[in-house]
Amino acid sequence: MDVVLFLIFAIIAVVAAINVVVQTHPISSAISLIGVMGSLAVLYLLLGAEFIAAAQVIVYAGAVMVLFIFVIMLLNAGTEIKRGRSLMVQLLGVPLLIAFLGLVAYFVERIYPQSVGVRFGGFTGGTAQAVGRALFTTYLLPFEVTSLLILIAIIGAIVLGRKEMD
Amino acid sequence: MDAFIVITLIKLAVIAFVLLTAVAYLQWVERKVIAHIQVRPGPYRVGPHGLLQPLADVIKLITKEDMMPSYVNRPIYLFAPFLAVCMALLSIAVIPFGPTIVVAGYRTWMQLTDINIGVLFILAVSSMGVYGIAFAGWASNNKYALLGGLRSSAQMISYELPMALAIASPLLVSNTLSLRELVATQRGSIIHWNIIHGGQIVAFLIFIIAAFAETNRVPFDLPEAENELVAGFHTEYSSMKFASFFMAEYLNMVTVSAMATLLFLGGWEPLWPVRFGSNYLPSVIFVIAALTALYHGAHPAHKLDKYTLTGFGVIFLILAAIFAAPIVQSWLLPLFWFCAKTGGILFAFMWIRGTLPRFRYDQLMGFAWKFLFPVAMLNLLVTSFVVAWVS
Repeated sequence: MDVVLFLIFAIIAVVAAINVVVQTHPISSAISLIGVMGSLAVLYLLLGAEFIAAAQVIVYAGAVMVLFIFVIMLLNAGTEIKRGRSLMVQLLGVPLLIAFLGLVAYFVERIYPQSVGVRFGGFTGGTAQAVGRALFTTYLLPFEVTSLLILIAIIGAIVLGRKEMD
Repeated sequence: MDAFIVITLIKLAVIAFVLLTAVAYLQWVERKVIAHIQVRPGPYRVGPHGLLQPLADVIKLITKEDMMPSYVNRPIYLFAPFLAVCMALLSIAVIPFGPTIVVAGYRTWMQLTDINIGVLFILAVSSMGVYGIAFAGWASNNKYALLGGLRSSAQMISYELPMALAIASPLLVSNTLSLRELVATQRGSIIHWNIIHGGQIVAFLIFIIAAFAETNRVPFDLPEAENELVAGFHTEYSSMKFASFFMAEYLNMVTVSAMATLLFLGGWEPLWPVRFGSNYLPSVIFVIAALTALYHGAHPAHKLDKYTLTGFGVIFLILAAIFAAPIVQSWLLPLFWFCAKTGGILFAFMWIRGTLPRFRYDQLMGFAWKFLFPVAMLNLLVTSFVVAWVS
């Protein structure tokens, strides 16, 4: 059951991710991106990280993508016009992609030995309590640094978005 | 295991049937409430006191011609109402209506499923529901619909923040994310509910205000402001596709009211303890309603009232007798309290629709970001300090 669900949603995630790039209309790309975020949430859920799954849907599939859609609708962005590809892309695109995928596969193979596979349901630290405890004990410093970073980003957004005073 | 599947299927059917009927009748109740606020009778012709009006509306909507404008983006145009109603229906799956009951020797909860992130699940589903409206507005390829969709998505992201912060404070007090345990921590009487015991009255008000905005209701119904945008995001929709948006709006109303009940008003717990006779309150209410109906039936204002109001009086008397029977009290009373609290909030929705004018768009945004959000933040801060101090 877990494996079947994993395969279904992994395939949806990959297909939707490719679709983000292939589609020419920004709204279609954004919808595909929502599909990617949603299926990633299901994968988190399968791994036992229910809090992360819910946060993924609320923050990424919900808030962030609504902002994307909002901006696309506000600017009323139309369909992209396809231009002819340059010679470099035509010649090197596919070989480079294959080389990149091969490298990734090689390093994953090297870094993680065969014995450490993912077991569905083997992870139990995914509840809100466990995540909260980890954030405020083990990962306190990274957590605080991240919040500082977000604060800086908020202040930067206000400074950039402020109207020019007359 | 087999019993579990059968019981779950039965619960599924019952909840779906009751919910959809309730949504249809909510529409009738709303029309009646607003009519009486505006001193007119409201639906009156179809059935006694217009009671069959929802049925007539459903038949009308189903048999209407399903128009599809030629310039719409077909797949997204068709997908949007489906998405809206699906997401609205999905969140009801985690809402508990009462404690455990015994059905044919099998112990089960009056809830479809309890997940330990129940509150987050509802937030997640409702945040996905925005897309139904946003896509409907965009795919219609119509300036009014587009403006409606834009307003709705902007409004929903803005009000989701104070809403989430307002939900967080009672969660801190109750120390759980499961809706079932949330009610268990508020057991007792009105003074144990989060709204009084946890001092969450501010959070409750913020939640209710944000809920009005999230469900696109007056005074925040800018996505479908009739005098500016024709009908807003559903201008180009007709027949059942239009009805799906309508259903989604009412289902969302039911969900947020149930959420407010569970988070702040103690779920299915009675107003005061059983030992002071709270079990008899439903019967007393129904007897009073029956006597009123019988009195007005004996002194009819209209010709037909003589029969209809007498009929209602008899029905209310039977209901009072049912509520007084000790055999059914164990499961009927929690259901009564849950429905009474949820219904009270739903009534507030209608009452406010009948009384308040609509916000202007800049006021709407300013109110969310400059007032509601800071207050919700402050409330969360104070609550967390108090919770840390006490524990």
